[in-house]
Parts: sequence; C-alpha cells; structure tokens
Amino acid sequence: MFYRENGQFKTSYRADQQIFPIAQDRWAILAIIAFAAIGVPLLADEYLFRAIFIPFLILSLAAIGVNILVGYCGQISLGSGAFMAVGAYMAYNTYVRIEGMPLIVALLSGGFFATVVGMFFGIPSLRVKGLYLAVATLAAQFFCDWMFLRVGWFTGNNASGSVSVSNLNVLGWAIDTPVEKYLFCLGFVVVFGLLAKNLVRSAIGREWMAIRDMDVAAAVIGIRPMYAKLSAFAVSSFIIGVAGGLWGFVHLSSWEPAAFSIDRSFQLLFMVIIGGMGSIMGSFFGAAFIVVLPIFLNQFLPALGGLVGVEISTAAVSHTEFMIFGALIVWFLIVEPHGLAKLWSIGKQKLRLWPFPH
Amino acid sequence: MGFFLETLFGGLMAGMLYSLVALGFVLIFKASGVFNFAQGAMVLFAALAMARFSEWIPQWLGLESLLLANILAFIIAALCMFALAWLVERLVLRHLVNQEGVTLLMATLGITYFLDGFGQTIFGSDIYQINVGMPKDPIFILEGMFEGGILINKEDVIAAVIAAGLVAALSLFFQKTSTGRALRAVADDHQAAQSIGIPLNRIWVIVWCVAGITALVAGIIWGSKLGVQFSLTTVALRALPVIILGGLTSVPGAIIGGLIIGVGEKLSEVYLGPMVGGGIEIWFAYVLALVFLLFRPQGLFGEKIIDRV
Repeated sequence: MFYRENGQFKTSYRADQQIFPIAQDRWAILAIIAFAAIGVPLLADEYLFRAIFIPFLILSLAAIGVNILVGYCGQISLGSGAFMAVGAYMAYNTYVRIEGMPLIVALLSGGFFATVVGMFFGIPSLRVKGLYLAVATLAAQFFCDWMFLRVGWFTGNNASGSVSVSNLNVLGWAIDTPVEKYLFCLGFVVVFGLLAKNLVRSAIGREWMAIRDMDVAAAVIGIRPMYAKLSAFAVSSFIIGVAGGLWGFVHLSSWEPAAFSIDRSFQLLFMVIIGGMGSIMGSFFGAAFIVVLPIFLNQFLPALGGLVGVEISTAAVSHTEFMIFGALIVWFLIVEPHGLAKLWSIGKQKLRLWPFPH
Repeated sequence: MGFFLETLFGGLMAGMLYSLVALGFVLIFKASGVFNFAQGAMVLFAALAMARFSEWIPQWLGLESLLLANILAFIIAALCMFALAWLVERLVLRHLVNQEGVTLLMATLGITYFLDGFGQTIFGSDIYQINVGMPKDPIFILEGMFEGGILINKEDVIAAVIAAGLVAALSLFFQKTSTGRALRAVADDHQAAQSIGIPLNRIWVIVWCVAGITALVAGIIWGSKLGVQFSLTTVALRALPVIILGGLTSVPGAIIGGLIIGVGEKLSEVYLGPMVGGGIEIWFAYVLALVFLLFRPQGLFGEKIIDRV
C-alpha cells in the first residue's frame, strides 16, 4: 500500500534511470545513511564502535568487493585475504615512504596495487573455472602470506612482518577517536557502495552477470570473456584492497600478515554466501551476521553456563563457539541457500501488497 | 648426487602422504560433486579419536598389549568416522541436493568449523601421540654407490607402502565390486544413476565412510610423524594443489599429483629456497599447480571439460 511504484511517473530519461527508481527506496537509503552518520555516533559507546561498527563497515566494503567477483561474475575466489593484505601493505609503503602523502591517496594507491595483483592472479580464470579456480586463487593467498612475512622491503625489514601507522589525518582532520574512525570508514563505504550499486547495473555489470550465468553463451553473443573476467577481478580487488588498507590503518593500526590469512578469505566468502550472492545489500547483511555472531556467542555462552550452574572455561567457550558457528552456517545454507538478501526481497514483495492479500 | 637423491626420496615419501589426504577429496568429489573442505578436519578428528582411544582403552579394560589396544582404538575410531559420515549425509547433504558447487563448498567449511570445535571439546586440545609401533630409526641405502649412502626414514617407507596398499584396495573396490560400479555411475551422472535405481543417499554415506577411513589412515600416519595437534588440519591445504594438478576426478591423478608436488616442494625448498629467503614450499606447490592449470585446465588425469551452451 505504501511501498509501491504506482503513481510515480517518470518524465525524463534521467529520472527513469536513477539508481533507486522507487521514491520510498531513495528515502530509506537517505534515512539509513543519515542515521549512520548522525544517529549512531550519538547513541553508541566506544566499545560498540571498536568491536562492531568499524569492523562491520570495513568488512562490508570488502564483502562488496568479493560479491562483485563471486556473486556478479561467478568467479569463486579464495584469495580475498591476500588482496586485502596487498592493499594494506602497499598503502603502508606509499604512506610511509613518500613524504607528505595524503591518507586517502595512500589508501587508494593500496587499492591500485591490489588491482594489479588481482588481475595477475585472475589470469587463470580465463582457462579454468569453478572449484579449480577457487583452489587456484589460493595460490595468491599463500604467496602473499609468504611475501609479506619474508620479503623485508614491504615491512621495513621487520622479522615478524608487523607494521604500524599512527597520527592519521585527512586535510588537518585528525582521525584518532573511535567516532572519527567510524565516520571515516562510513564515508568510504557509502561512496564505494553507491559506486558498486551503479556499476553492477551498467553495461559492464550486465556483462559480468552474463558471464556468471553461462560463459560460453555470453561469448557467443559477443561479450569478451577476457575483458569481462579481468575487469571483474580488477574492480573487485580494488575495493578489497581499499578495505584492506582501512582494516590495517583504521581498525588495527598495527598489523602483521596473519591479520589477512586464509581465514579472512573464508570469512569474506561466508559473508557473501550468507548475505546473498549477487546483491550489494546482501554484503552488508552478511558482514553484520559474521561480525556480530562470534561476539554474541562469546558474551552469551558464559552467561548461559552460569545460568545452568556450569563454569565454562575459556578454551571450552572458544571450542563451543567454533561448533555453533559451523552448525549455524550449515543450518543457514540449508534453510536459505540464497542468503539474507533473498529474505529481504521476499519482505519487499510482501510489503508491496500489504495490507491486502493480493 | 647423493644429496639430490635423498631430497628426491624425501619428496616422494612426503608426496605419498599428500596423496593419502588428496584421495579423500577425490573420492567425495567424484561421487557427490562436493568439494569437501572438511577433509582436513576429518583427518584431525580421526587422529584425535585414534590417539585418545588408544590411551583410554588400556585404562578402561586393563589391557597390557599395545597391539590389541591399537586395533580396538582403530575400530572405534573407524566407527566414529562412519557415524560422522552418516550424520553428514543425514543432516547436511540430503538438504542441499542440487545446490551450486560454491554453496556445498561453504557447507563443508561449516562442517570444518564444527568438527574442529567438536573434536577438541570431546578429545581435548593438547598435543597427543599415536604410537602404532612404527620404527623411527633411519636406514641407509645404496651405500656402495655414494659416499655415506642415502638416508631415508623407515617410517616413511612403511607409510608409503600403506598408502600404496590403500590406493590399490580402493582401485579394486571401484573397479571390481558392484558398490564400486554404483559409485562410478553416480559420479558420472546423478540423475541417470538414480533413474536406474541406485540409491543416491546410501552411495553418499558409503563414499563419506570410505573418505573417513582414508582420513583415519592419513591421520594415523601424519599423527605418528608430527603428533596429533590442531595444525594437522593444514595438511588438507597442502593437499589441494595435489588434486588440481592430478585432476579433481581421478584417483591415479591424486597419487601422481601427490608425488609431483612432494618432489617439487622438497627440491624447490632445498635448491630455490635459500635464494629467496626460504619457507617457499607452501606456495610453490600452488604456483606449480597453477602454471600447470594454464596449459591443462582439467589437471593431469581429469576428465576433459566440455562446454556446451
């Protein structure tokens, strides 16, 4: 009744082609962004920013990147952690080695180098696909793990590969409190989220989807597989690289290669699958689920143990966390294989008819 | 020359162990199209069960004999793996029929997390020993040909023999028994197999059981070499390049791929490693497999991939 396009007449091509054609969607997105920018900093405390909001924003950005590659172009990648690492370490190197390098430019250059690496490791996708490709992209993961640990140039010859940055500022605005960090990340996420949303409905986005749905047929109707696949790798690893830079600079501020291990790649892929493949909105849902679940379990399990009078040791908590996390993932895949985004779109469909049955 | 041969033999032995793990992957992928990431967790789980039961059984029953305790522990651990296979089919695979490959892959990752937690909850998370009476002393061969001969571990030789035996038994099972024929039919075409009356669900349980036994054998051999600990799960990641090199659907491919990767890893580490700072064996295997894939996308022995619109 309230959420439908009836009566919203488009009188220009511009109006017809905007990102969110339904007025209610536009208002909802604006309201969400406004709430995230103004409401959240007023309401949340420091712990929430550190533990949930900042990781959530950065990982959703990375999940958008992974979703472009896996969800839109259908190229399964297990090397996302490596591209994040490239983004973080190269952003660090440009930031530290070049005098007076602005923070944002450093982060974007991290994204640029991640693009180069991503395209290089994307070359096998021209020959192999599906699960073979998934294993092939692990090469990127292990190679980068090794490189940032062993090649001294990247880390300023630190034996454990750990680096740190401090005194972040953008045009004189010092980013040191959690709220400022949060707003900084939010800026990136909003810009890249809208860019990605726009990109996937453009010509190139449709090429990616054609390749995903059936690559041979796509090639037959004149889509160049090489161009489409490599551009998906490029765009995806650029976004992942920027997210990696943010993860290192803003969230961790000192990090080592283990922060971008293969577990990170799995985590990002989980976000995309649980959130919904081929949906920008789904990336946010997936990231929220994966970020909040372990924290929730961590808080909830000891409390539950206390309730029934059993003292649960830290080791047992972490093991039980593993078990519940694994079981939930399997359960989730069974009940909703198309992810949270599917639930979201079912909800929207229902809302169109509400309160009438038909 | 002697040193080169020694490295080569070391690589072959290590490769044999990789193929043991790779075999588990290939079996499940062949029969159900599931890329089973949980194989590493299964190896750890099986090894933990074996280690703990061989420790507990003598206490419970007051047994003295190491051999008897080990046999009993092996049987119980195998039963655990069977139960696991049944549960996985019942609770997970059955509900995910006809899903995309990547969804199934993620489901096995979920199983991995669950098994890691579950195994350590019930069996404990310390480092345990498996003592199946494997001789640890090194032997020297070809002493006549080279000065000092070539040093190899007896343990490695026995492991390689067991691996070879297992592979032979599996090949026989696949080629000669009616169950094996049914497994091959399912691997070929799920629908066609089902239409001629092969029960898919039972086949899946069987193949997960076989993969569980392979995991148990791999777990015992790796466990007695390295000790049973959490890092055993990474063995699975070492075995992945083996299967893409050998082909996801080929049992001989897993063996040959394992040998190539084992030798490649050891030789690269010894001869190439010092030049670039060492520790390259983990990614070298992947890069080797990757380069290989560029020229032969289906792996060495994989079925030819035919694209149709």
